Amino acid sequence: MTVDLERTISITVNGVPREATVPVRRLLSDALRHDLGLTGTHVGCEHGVCGSCTVLLEGSPVRSCLVLAVQADGQSVTTVEGLSRSDHQGGQVLHPIQESFRECHALQCGFCTPGFLTTIAAGLDARDPSVEITEEEVEELVGGNLCRCTGYANIKKACRHAAETMRAEAGR
Amino acid sequence: MTTKLFGEPVRRREDARLITGQGRYLDDIGADAYAAAFVRSPYAHARVVDIDVTGALDVEGLLAIYTYEDLTGPLAEPLPVLIPHPQLTHPRTGYPLAKDVVQHVGEAVVMVVATDRYVAEDAAALIAVSYEELPVVVGVDAARAATHAVHDDVPDNVAARHHQETGDVEPALAASTHTISFTQYVERSASMPMEGKGVHARWDADDQALRVYTSTQASTSVRAAIAAKLQLSLEKVEVIAPDVGGGFGVKIVHPWPEELLVPMAARLLGHEVKWTEDRREHFISSAHERQQRQEITVGYDEDGRITALDVHIWHDNGAYTPYGIIIPIVTATQLVGPYAIPVYRVRVDSVFTNTVIVTPYRGAGRPQGCFAMERTMDRIAQERGLDRAEVRMRNLIQGDQFPYDQHLTFQDGRPVIYDSGDYPGLMAKLKALVDWDSFAERRAEATARGRMLGIGMAMYVEGTGPGPYEGGHVQVLGSGKVLVSTGLTSQGQGHETVFAQLVASELGVPMEDVEVTTGDTRRFGYAVGTFASRAAVMSGNAVALAARGVREKALRIAAEVLEASPEDLEIDEGLVQVKGVPGASIPLRTVAVLSNPLRYAFDEAAKQATQFAGPGDDSKPPVAVGDAPGLEHTDYYSPIRSTFASGAHAAVVEIDPSTWEIDVVQYAVVHDCGNVVNPMIVEGQVHGGVAQGVGGALYERMAYDSDGQLQNASFMDFLMPYASEVPPVVIDHQETASPLNPLGIKGAGEAGVIPGSAAIASAIEDAVGRRIATMPISPTELYDLVRSSADPVTNSQTGAMA
Repeated sequence: MTVDLERTISITVNGVPREATVPVRRLLSDALRHDLGLTGTHVGCEHGVCGSCTVLLEGSPVRSCLVLAVQADGQSVTTVEGLSRSDHQGGQVLHPIQESFRECHALQCGFCTPGFLTTIAAGLDARDPSVEITEEEVEELVGGNLCRCTGYANIKKACRHAAETMRAEAGR
Repeated sequence: MTTKLFGEPVRRREDARLITGQGRYLDDIGADAYAAAFVRSPYAHARVVDIDVTGALDVEGLLAIYTYEDLTGPLAEPLPVLIPHPQLTHPRTGYPLAKDVVQHVGEAVVMVVATDRYVAEDAAALIAVSYEELPVVVGVDAARAATHAVHDDVPDNVAARHHQETGDVEPALAASTHTISFTQYVERSASMPMEGKGVHARWDADDQALRVYTSTQASTSVRAAIAAKLQLSLEKVEVIAPDVGGGFGVKIVHPWPEELLVPMAARLLGHEVKWTEDRREHFISSAHERQQRQEITVGYDEDGRITALDVHIWHDNGAYTPYGIIIPIVTATQLVGPYAIPVYRVRVDSVFTNTVIVTPYRGAGRPQGCFAMERTMDRIAQERGLDRAEVRMRNLIQGDQFPYDQHLTFQDGRPVIYDSGDYPGLMAKLKALVDWDSFAERRAEATARGRMLGIGMAMYVEGTGPGPYEGGHVQVLGSGKVLVSTGLTSQGQGHETVFAQLVASELGVPMEDVEVTTGDTRRFGYAVGTFASRAAVMSGNAVALAARGVREKALRIAAEVLEASPEDLEIDEGLVQVKGVPGASIPLRTVAVLSNPLRYAFDEAAKQATQFAGPGDDSKPPVAVGDAPGLEHTDYYSPIRSTFASGAHAAVVEIDPSTWEIDVVQYAVVHDCGNVVNPMIVEGQVHGGVAQGVGGALYERMAYDSDGQLQNASFMDFLMPYASEVPPVVIDHQETASPLNPLGIKGAGEAGVIPGSAAIASAIEDAVGRRIATMPISPTELYDLVRSSADPVTNSQTGAMA
């Protein structure tokens, strides 16, 4: 019996169809970073605890260090590089959570930031923006990722700020 | 002036790239690099008997295997002792790859280079190293007992005996009305930045030169180390710290073995080589800190005023002493905090253990010193029946006592002289912030809910900004762009923003025109590094001085052109103008062009400048003696001694007596770091420090077993705080300018972490009424403690006057 050591996979990454031939053991995090050159996704622990490598698989947050690249075959992946949105005038604007991270000083070294941004963006996009965000929701959105710099206060603040921005947009 | 930026919460310029995934961290560099992986010792203390690589040789993609036998010249010698000290009588360092004996689990034995990391790890797993196990020493008490020796030729395991005293302590204690003696412990934790270490090296065979990227806090020193160890001339080595994903101390150590081995391999293989540390490697081969045993005797009078203090500390320095005895010195000298201690003696025995090396982690010995002093204050208050705040107040250095000489010698070899401060002011603000005097009501309310509530406080003084120097270079280009560089590195502190604020402010240019580069030896060759809360103080003042030099030159050149006196000129928004004479002006960028007499008209700026160029004086050289072409200036800031920041923290803990879960429900910080350049950034530093303080108090410890195996070497088991563990933090500021430096600033980076364990221990003790003598403390340990016969403790009611 021969073992299939490599496979060619097709993944839609940030809206762009990509193809790569990867060893079957390659982690999705490594495939994104090293095969596809998207180094915005960071690897902090490689055992699924810190959340720095979080990407959206079919829109839902996953720890890309716990997913094999071949498992993502045929699916769509959104990384931090793909969080910006169309401004409906042909350009791109940052996701409100990205803007809020800057506005609220929610990052210092920035290494964990992509994981927070993808996780929180997915959470904010999935909720009814017209409803005021609760503290419980904020705790839930930020509660699964590690940050060693900020003490999280400003990350929570950024969550509230982004939800408020989205609420204002929804109200227009 | 629109360009006045000092003191403003300017949003960070680093963020644009970091929130879009465009940062450039170490592992983002070198997509085609070969990968290095290491075979590390699985034993804490063992003799390397044999290394058999045959199993690895057939691995497809393997490129090279290196052991100690492959190291040549200075590389085969022990790693340097960076900071020797006469009291460090038995310094020991390892080799880049283990020579005969390994001294801790995780010590590098073999380096493998392969086409990619997966393959390198495959090969590493197939290398068989046989060891002969040796007796293991773990923990400060085992080291002190010295039943076994870590290093054969250091039988008592003592690397250094550090000793300082300000008077004759024994008679002073004998003459004291009251004395208390006690012993307490602080456990190990670690910096644990989210990005581990990493090194990328590229050898240029044509230039015979090396470019190294490394996730370091000290790129200039890594450069010097590589040049020395690889026997290259300094100008053939460039070292760059790219975006660094946190440091907190661990990345100040240099050279790490990998910082030498990866460049060595790149040169030998003629190809880029990269090593990216994984998390387990970081736990078992990077540095830890904090473990100490503290024996304290204090003498005091009826009123709780300290008359003498005698402290004997055993400090676990791990297997080697590459960083000297900086932590023992810092603990010894910073222990006294904001208090006037008439007679003080401190002895720190720094001892070897078969564990990862101990080098500074944010706070660098200060949290332990603070723990010793502040717990002493609590003991005195309890024994005297005084409010804990009141005892502290009675011992504080008063405002009219500055500069205050503690008669100790600091880590920089300079005297510990507090330059400025207002410690009673800190205490008053803290008590107001945390509502100290009405705590009894809150406690009663919690008791009614079936919860135990306690409050604690701790104060500190932190020596920041030690020398010897940092430098800054500022250059105005003909485009109007202002280039700023300093050799000191950044790990997320926002230096690009803060230094741009300072230069824009000093020079009178829009901040958007300023570009800051840090930690790149191609741009600035002389630097010390980022540690000891020194970046803003040292490089901040250096770039400000460099900007002042540029301003002076710009005004001199502009004065000639505008036929005015330099004193009558001002620079605002990048325009040099005669004060009060609208239109009599020249853009700074044009002054930059004029500063260079060679002006090929490559661009519009040069063409425009010609209208200002005078006919020239044929009797003088185009560049005057002592002058130089270009609108640029380099300057250095070298302080006479460190500047001393200060602060006071209070914690309120709530304990559920059914689970003994400890919940920090309130955390208050009063903070004085002198003049604040960017309050948003300072507050962020405080937030982060407090989170690490809470982690160190309640969750983080390095769980070594008696064989020297680190049982919790993963983020699953080493419990760093998530958002759910960090309390809300309220902050009040006090700004007591430093008289020592031009900007009046003091360091802020480490402050937040220093009093955490002391304040939280005090609060837990207050809640449960049992002596807390070891930190961190878990719910299980607290449960065991309250059921034991340990000292019952009663605090006088907070706010009550004796």
